[in-house]
Amino acid sequence: MGIRFILMVNKQGQTRLAQYYEWLTLEERRALEGEIVRKCLARTEQQCSFVEHRNYKIVYRRYASLFFLVGVDNDENELAILEFIHLLVETMDRHFGNVCELDIMFHLEKAHFMLEEMVMNGSVVETSKANILTPIQLMDKAS
Amino acid sequence: MAMHGMRGLSVFISDIRNCQNKEQERLRVDKELGNVRTRFKNEKGLTPYEKKKYVWKMLYIYMLGYDVDFGHMEAVSLISAPKYPEKQVGYIVTSCLLNENHDFLRVAINSVRNDIIGRNETFQCLALTMVGNIGGREFAESLAPDVQKLLLSSSCRPLVRKKAALCLLRLFRKNPDVVNVDGWADRMAQLLDERDLGVLTSSMSLLVALVSNNHEAYWTCLPKCVKILERLARNQDVPQEYTYYGIPSPWLQVKTMRALQYFPSIEDPNTRRTLFEVLQRILMGTDVVKNVNKNNASHAVLFEALALVMHLDAEKEMMSQCVALLGKFVAVREPNIRYLGLENMTRMLMVTDVQEVIKRHQVQIIASLKDPDISIRRRALDLLYGMCDVTNAKDIVEELLQYLSSADFAMREELSLKAAILAEKFAPDLSWYVDVILQLIDKAGDFISDDIWFRVVQFVINNDDLQPYAAAKVKEYLHKPAVHETMVKVSAYILGEYSHLLARRPGCSPKEIFSILHEKLPTVSTTTIPILLSAYAKILMHTQPPDQELQNQIWAIFTKYESCIDAEIQQRAVEYFALSRKGAALMDILAEMPKFPERQSSLIKKAEDAEVDTAEQSAIKLRAQQQTSNALVVTDQRPANGAPPPVPVGQLSLVKVPSMITTEDNGTLSKVDPQPPSADLLGDLLGPLAIEGPPGATVPSEHNAVSGLEGAAEAVDGSAIVPVEVETNTVKPIGNIAERFHALCLKDSGVLYEDPYIQIGIKAEWRAHHGRLVLFLGNKNTAPLISVQALILPPGHLKMELSLVPETIPPRAQVQCPLEVVNLRPSRDVAVLDYSYKFGANMVNVKLRLPATLNKFLQPIPVSAEEFFPQWRSLSGPPLKLQEVVRGVRPMPLSEMANLLNSFRLMISPGLDPNPNNLVVCTTFYSENTHAILCLVRIETDPADRTQLRMTLASGDPTLTFELKEFIKEQLVSIPMVPRAPAAAPPAPPAAQLTPQIPANDPAALLAGLL
Repeated sequence: MGIRFILMVNKQGQTRLAQYYEWLTLEERRALEGEIVRKCLARTEQQCSFVEHRNYKIVYRRYASLFFLVGVDNDENELAILEFIHLLVETMDRHFGNVCELDIMFHLEKAHFMLEEMVMNGSVVETSKANILTPIQLMDKAS
Repeated sequence: MAMHGMRGLSVFISDIRNCQNKEQERLRVDKELGNVRTRFKNEKGLTPYEKKKYVWKMLYIYMLGYDVDFGHMEAVSLISAPKYPEKQVGYIVTSCLLNENHDFLRVAINSVRNDIIGRNETFQCLALTMVGNIGGREFAESLAPDVQKLLLSSSCRPLVRKKAALCLLRLFRKNPDVVNVDGWADRMAQLLDERDLGVLTSSMSLLVALVSNNHEAYWTCLPKCVKILERLARNQDVPQEYTYYGIPSPWLQVKTMRALQYFPSIEDPNTRRTLFEVLQRILMGTDVVKNVNKNNASHAVLFEALALVMHLDAEKEMMSQCVALLGKFVAVREPNIRYLGLENMTRMLMVTDVQEVIKRHQVQIIASLKDPDISIRRRALDLLYGMCDVTNAKDIVEELLQYLSSADFAMREELSLKAAILAEKFAPDLSWYVDVILQLIDKAGDFISDDIWFRVVQFVINNDDLQPYAAAKVKEYLHKPAVHETMVKVSAYILGEYSHLLARRPGCSPKEIFSILHEKLPTVSTTTIPILLSAYAKILMHTQPPDQELQNQIWAIFTKYESCIDAEIQQRAVEYFALSRKGAALMDILAEMPKFPERQSSLIKKAEDAEVDTAEQSAIKLRAQQQTSNALVVTDQRPANGAPPPVPVGQLSLVKVPSMITTEDNGTLSKVDPQPPSADLLGDLLGPLAIEGPPGATVPSEHNAVSGLEGAAEAVDGSAIVPVEVETNTVKPIGNIAERFHALCLKDSGVLYEDPYIQIGIKAEWRAHHGRLVLFLGNKNTAPLISVQALILPPGHLKMELSLVPETIPPRAQVQCPLEVVNLRPSRDVAVLDYSYKFGANMVNVKLRLPATLNKFLQPIPVSAEEFFPQWRSLSGPPLKLQEVVRGVRPMPLSEMANLLNSFRLMISPGLDPNPNNLVVCTTFYSENTHAILCLVRIETDPADRTQLRMTLASGDPTLTFELKEFIKEQLVSIPMVPRAPAAAPPAPPAAQLTPQIPANDPAALLAGLL
């Protein structure tokens, strides 16, 4: 049970954020991202949010131009992950105010900070938006 | 904002974004990398802020997929920066760029530890997170105590403790020893009393990992988990921040239910009742709502609850609620719920008694097989595969066949394999099975592995009734305009063997069959031509009366291929040509194929071996346990051309003769054979060869002159052509067992037994009355040996303890089994190792004498004349002193006899006897009852007649005196009388054993006599 990676990819297939919870070499990452982006981006809205790939699953969700792809072990609870993606987006919304691709692109470090508060070692650590955002708000205040 | 300071980074990201193509992007990235590299080179001038900026750029470039092979040190060094912003960047970028084995991490370990044990909460969080993400063994060893302290500390705030919990999880995974189960179980239970849901969320992940490793130790956590679940389900004391669309932390609920699934059962009735109440609420109280997020979250909880109910094997009523829910889900339009419904229904197949209910949903499930979404189709396929049995096989397989034509390429191989397996396992009748396989080949020939067509050929050969049907069927397919090559192979094979059965039907004369087949020859590859040639030869043979024209045609083809560059084709052409001119002699050689011994389907085996997800795997297992259709139990017919060979006593391996089946009620094979279906590697190895090997590819040796080729592989191929006796594949030992045993009586290590599959070596150490033997069981093959059993049959005087022998010996592996021996009293009896294993269809059982013989408990001792004579005299007369004249001694020079005795640890003491023709021997014997006893022996030989001698023995124990006398006599008189020539026969491949009779001088027979 666990999250293996979280990817944010735009509809052109460009990676906007990549966080892996298991070590893959750069070549493996490139290959993996290529394969799953091809698979997921070709799917229609009427299809389900789960794609089986190699020995794990991709749970994904699309928000405007941005795809959130989460690779999980086969025995992970898919719907819980699907809503975890939404929780991540809502958290970003709360911070950026209607988050868009550009926010994540130009504030990559913040996206990483948030993710870091939410997931650790492939497990969900925190689901309270207030708790997730506290460190970032402290930093913003300090600077 | 922090970003304001990093203008350079924003500019760079903008530049990248504005790149028109990949090439421009690469140029921009290269430029930036060059820039960063130069800046890092004169590090002195860099401010922490600049360093931070460059490190972010590196991360950005790395994320884009470019290699960043420098700057790691700079990223790591930021960890020890004094200020938070730099430190944070250092930690985050380090955990993105480096893996746990990176050398630089070691450099940082001290700074990380300082942050963890320091007072600054925010630093603690950063450090814990990084270690939690990429900490390795070294971190585990040096940091685990600190992390545990933080997690348990009452003065620590939740924000630190929740990170400590997951950090500890990482360290535990890297080195399970860092969590001491004894001490930790109680603390884990205490942790679950936590009110803060953040800490609980991460502690629950830790618990899942711990209980999955050892649920027994953590049983006290079980009621606490139920309590947490109850608190959440009843929404008691759940802060608003942890409520997601009105649902109290669905993630924690899911995790808690997951943890509960690692406990095998719930004993305490109160806990069980509370849990079932909660689960009941979830099952009944989850409604479909408009809001997608709320709906998903509540269904996430519901599906986990379903899994938990299945795991707990709840009451029937609750189970049927689950099936009913799943039945609803597989019929909904919403794709996510339908996908999960199908997935969970497949898991449900493992629960007993629900099969029939699931079958009611077959129509909806089949509808999902045609869904446009491949994810859903896959789930539907798995479920259909799992739920298939004799009652619905026809419907399901036909659906699969229909779907095959439109299925996407990604699924065709899996689909056709599954259809083939189901057709084989659950066929209501064999002709239907043949139909299915032929359709599969026709529709998806490219995806049909050889196993599939080999298998159908096996069935046809083994079932007489099926032969004309199959022949007629394949002929129909050959008339189609485009025929797949695999179809040509099957057709050629079947028509070659059985087209004569159709001879009376219109359009089925040998000539017509030949021309249909021959039409295909230009379209096929070199692997198929040999099969066609075999078919031609067979057709020619079956043509009665001979047809001159057909013969000329076929001969012309043989002649044409006589000079083919492909050796297989050439050999067949040459041999068939020569054979077919022999006329009547042809009949025997090209006779119909003998029946195949029944064996487990390689397909089913393959499916079982294949990496499948656990649910599917269990479904297969479950299926395998169920009764399969009778139709496919190969009816055994003893071949007409040979009575079953007599089974000599002591034959090494009695292969199960299928005729045993008919005497039973023709039920399933498992009824007859108590052993589970086995991996049949040899069978598989031979199977294909047997099918492909054409009659005549292996020509009995007198015909070898014709081909002029010494086919090395013929021995194996032979299984297809040799007379039926071969069905009793005997496994012959390599080398002489008796000789090996005798050699091991003299030395302490060597080979005890060897056959084509296994080698048993032995290594022994002896000390006084104790012995320690190690058996080395070496599997010589690339397939595992299974059902391995070793039993020691010790004689009364030895106490023996064999350590556990594994049931399976992996390919090419050697297993060591120590054997402890204690000698209780003197005796010449030997221990026997009763050893058996299974390789493919061969059950091999061997009884081997173990070289734990009397002489192993002797210790040579030099004795002086002063010691010897008083002893010798004090032991006067029987039973302590015995004398015997031994006749029939193997003649040997005195020195050789001395050596022989010495090698049995009977020490020659020269000079004690004045007569040079006599030997005086001293030794000490050890046993638990007698302790050390001095044994004295005098052997008087007659130089005129070396075949007789007089032996006098003395010891303080009458039994010992007698046993030792007999032992020495045996060594001098009974020399292992095994003729060398037959025993030294080369290790022939097992399948090629043409003679089932074991000659009287076979070591095995001898051994059996000895035993």
